[in-house]
Amino acid sequence: MSYIDKISSPYIHSLTSINEVMRQVIFALVPGIIVTTWFLGWGVLVHCVLAVCFALAFEAIMLTLRKRPLQDFMYDGSAIITGLLFALTITPFAPWWVSLSGICFAIVVAKHLYGGLGYNIFNPAMAGYAFVLICFPVELNYWPIINGDNGIIESLKIIFIGLPHEGLDSLSGATPLAFTKSQLNGMVMLSEFSSGPLFGSLGGKGWEWIGLAFLAGGVWLMIKGIIKWQIPLIFIFILFALSLIFHGHDPERYASSMFNLFTGGTLLAAFFIATDPVTASATPRGKIIYAAGIGLLTYIIRTWGGYPDGIAFAVLIMNAAVPFIDNVTRPDVFGKVKS
Amino acid sequence: MSSEVHTRFNRELHSFPGGLELKTHKELTNSKESLRTPLPDKIILPLQQHIGSPSEPIVKKGDIVLKGQKIAQASGYISVPVHASTSGKILDIGTCQSIHIKSEQVPCIIIEPDGEDAWFELEPVTDYLSIDPEILQRLIYEAGIVGMGGAGFPAHVKLNEGTATAIDTLIINGVECEPYISCDDRIIREKADYIVSGTRMLQHAIQAEHCVIAVEEDMPEAFEALNALIDDDIELVTVPARYPAGGEKQLIKVLTGKEVPAGGLPIHIGIVMHNVGTAAAAFRAVTRGEPLLSRYVTVSGNVEDPRNLQVLLGTPVEHCLEQVGYHRRDDEAVIMGGPMMGKYIHDISMPVVKTTNSILVTSGFNRSREKPCIGCGDCVDVCPAKLLPQELFAYARAKDYEEVRALHLFDCIECGCCAYVCPSNIPLVKYYREAKTDIAIYEKKQAGYEHARHRFEARSERLDRIENRVDDRFDKIKTLSTDQDPVEEDKQSYIRAAVERMKQKKNKKKD
Amino acid sequence: MFGVLIIFLLALISGFLISRSAQMTLQQDKFEAILSALPQTQCGKCNYSGCRPYAEAIVRGEADINQCPPGGEATIKTIAKLLGRQIKPLNPENGLEKDKHIALIDETLCIGCVKCIKACPVDAILGAAKQMHSVLAEECTGCELCVAPCPMDCISMQAVTG
Repeated sequence: MSYIDKISSPYIHSLTSINEVMRQVIFALVPGIIVTTWFLGWGVLVHCVLAVCFALAFEAIMLTLRKRPLQDFMYDGSAIITGLLFALTITPFAPWWVSLSGICFAIVVAKHLYGGLGYNIFNPAMAGYAFVLICFPVELNYWPIINGDNGIIESLKIIFIGLPHEGLDSLSGATPLAFTKSQLNGMVMLSEFSSGPLFGSLGGKGWEWIGLAFLAGGVWLMIKGIIKWQIPLIFIFILFALSLIFHGHDPERYASSMFNLFTGGTLLAAFFIATDPVTASATPRGKIIYAAGIGLLTYIIRTWGGYPDGIAFAVLIMNAAVPFIDNVTRPDVFGKVKS
Repeated sequence: MSSEVHTRFNRELHSFPGGLELKTHKELTNSKESLRTPLPDKIILPLQQHIGSPSEPIVKKGDIVLKGQKIAQASGYISVPVHASTSGKILDIGTCQSIHIKSEQVPCIIIEPDGEDAWFELEPVTDYLSIDPEILQRLIYEAGIVGMGGAGFPAHVKLNEGTATAIDTLIINGVECEPYISCDDRIIREKADYIVSGTRMLQHAIQAEHCVIAVEEDMPEAFEALNALIDDDIELVTVPARYPAGGEKQLIKVLTGKEVPAGGLPIHIGIVMHNVGTAAAAFRAVTRGEPLLSRYVTVSGNVEDPRNLQVLLGTPVEHCLEQVGYHRRDDEAVIMGGPMMGKYIHDISMPVVKTTNSILVTSGFNRSREKPCIGCGDCVDVCPAKLLPQELFAYARAKDYEEVRALHLFDCIECGCCAYVCPSNIPLVKYYREAKTDIAIYEKKQAGYEHARHRFEARSERLDRIENRVDDRFDKIKTLSTDQDPVEEDKQSYIRAAVERMKQKKNKKKD
Repeated sequence: MFGVLIIFLLALISGFLISRSAQMTLQQDKFEAILSALPQTQCGKCNYSGCRPYAEAIVRGEADINQCPPGGEATIKTIAKLLGRQIKPLNPENGLEKDKHIALIDETLCIGCVKCIKACPVDAILGAAKQMHSVLAEECTGCELCVAPCPMDCISMQAVTG
């Protein structure tokens, strides 16, 4: 019994574990994955499988190189979640090597080179996405048409063999966010194009259902206590409030709040990406500031920045601010003498 | 129990931050009558069963002692005497293995009982409500009473400091929040009169204005037992069952809404708290003249007949376990205390002491491997001291003691809530204890450095002074009068030569 | 091209300034703190005649921070933190970090020559000429300065426990 000297109170435990937490998160993602596949085609599922396989492979390689026990870390689910989140943020039409390079960057650089699980500063999935977005902007611009011809064979062809760009052009279209951005930049009034085929009742057509599916999964996680309310609620609230203010000021030039919520990766980010415990703020007050920062930056990038959806960059910028935020938001200790 | 009854005095209850709802397992032991354990073969009495300085033996090997006879005296203010738990012969005065740390030896006195259990002379005092409070404190001190809730702080110190400051409230703590333990529940049910009278006595001892006895809401029989005996002078309160509601600072927050200042004591806000067992023991000591010789101990967990025992201090843990049907199994751990804050026992021949509230036999303790911290923040949510356990952990592991102090490590009550919820199975409390020990050692070293520095500087100063005095003497000799008689001349030259020699010797040493 | 050159120059200048400022400011203010971090044994293992001269040398930039064996890792860490420098291991040329030892005089051999009394920097040896010398254990810092001067070689260093 060599661990006797290491025994310390308490001797009972709530029996939660990292593996359990990760498992619950994966379950909560499933509805969203199904709905996204329904609307954006089989490419989503193919990329999910690809990304998860790459993620596990790179995780195994890095763990071996760093001489860490494979058994403990491979099955804790964190690599799987990184893979899934990455796959859900890139376009289903992206070639397989985009997934490979993005996941490689996410797992090897953003996660392991920073110290591995628990030590990384930047959200690996978002770091991977930002990497491929900047390196391969063209490949990431081809989004499938909602309910278009995105059969399994087609998708596999596009992902693994690739199509010349003219071929892709005919199969793909802009996302509601990208379309909105380009129209508004071209001084087209919102009311002129907002009843087009890309737009549904709440937000982007199809995207609103995707958002709802992730919302459902996220709410379930909150009820189970896996994630805490501060980050999702504050992020959504800030984004909602900002867009409400600007839309109210000029309804023709600024997208509405519902649109901002139910399109793009907003709800996925709110419940699954921004809430990543390792890279988010640790203190309760810090979480509020962190989430508010992400909301603010997302709105700024979406409205005035160069990218249609700014969530990835917003998250990464706030990740960098987390150590500072944690330092200034320490809760008052019990019995603090008020001076 | 209806919630209206407990606020008879219209006391508003507050809640403390964090905490956990735990399964109590008290039904295993709290409905059975407590049993008196028979005399063991050996009584082992460590000289330090309390916080403060260890007691000093006043008997020697071979002496015959009677039950209740003082065998070790207190050494200093924060110390209490030790008494023989039964009559017999002093077998040895030496060291025995520490219950907690395998490698440490602690001084102790070993008695071989003679089976007679013959009492020393007793001096009971009956007018305990009218005598001078200082006399009461003296009697409690002489009886070796310490905090029986587990901390072991000498009771007389609290009372003494209490009379020096004006005390607003005396709180008698019957809130037994840790799972499995029910010794306080049983002592209230069986000795409610001791406790109520003891409370009155303690109130007199510190001249407190108000007096409260608090029990947990899952102790209804204890509540009834006390309710039957109290008048309007004592307030009986039930608090919700939540771990660690029985912690000193937490209970004060619940009952009064006040927070004990970080790094401070309850006395700084005019409150003194004693455990119910301490009150009963103090009462017994004064009115029957019997010093602290035994206590209620819950023996529970993986044993045949879990129950409470009345155990003589110094009885080996082994002996207590035999009373309840214990079979040694490889996989099991015996713990002194509760499952959240207890200490692992390496050697079960070690004794029950004044602060032993429970002996637990548990097989299912957590042995999963420690994984890295994922920053989930669950520990922050449950900490009753509003600390940041994950930051404390990170800095404690990095041995950055300045940061750790800034994060109020010494306000940690080691309740174990954080480690209980950690999904990465990090033994947080172990890291905090190590950090506290390391800091204490470091500060002792620092104090040593300061001391050495002062001595060195004082010595340098002294040497400089001597050197100046010698120089002055040289100068004085030089200005002696020039017209001298030959005898004087010789004397002078002799002196001058001697002085020259001394100077040269000094200069040589300087190099 | 011109822009790149400007940025490059700016980077060079700021880098230089930053590296100098870490050395220029604050060293003097930190002297007291550095001196307190040293164990005050005055043993001279750092190659300076005492703790104060060593602290002065550190502040002047002449001495490295890892030359004090009695202070060991803890002292190096404290000074490194004070000066914002990197923590490095103890220089083995100055000695090794050991557990605390204190001097013990073998009284059967002592001749009362007071040489050790004069050598002790903290007056931890009790005695007078031709009288028995004895080490006051609570005052001894383990600096070993008394061992060499003893003509009878009767002083030994004993490990302290607890």
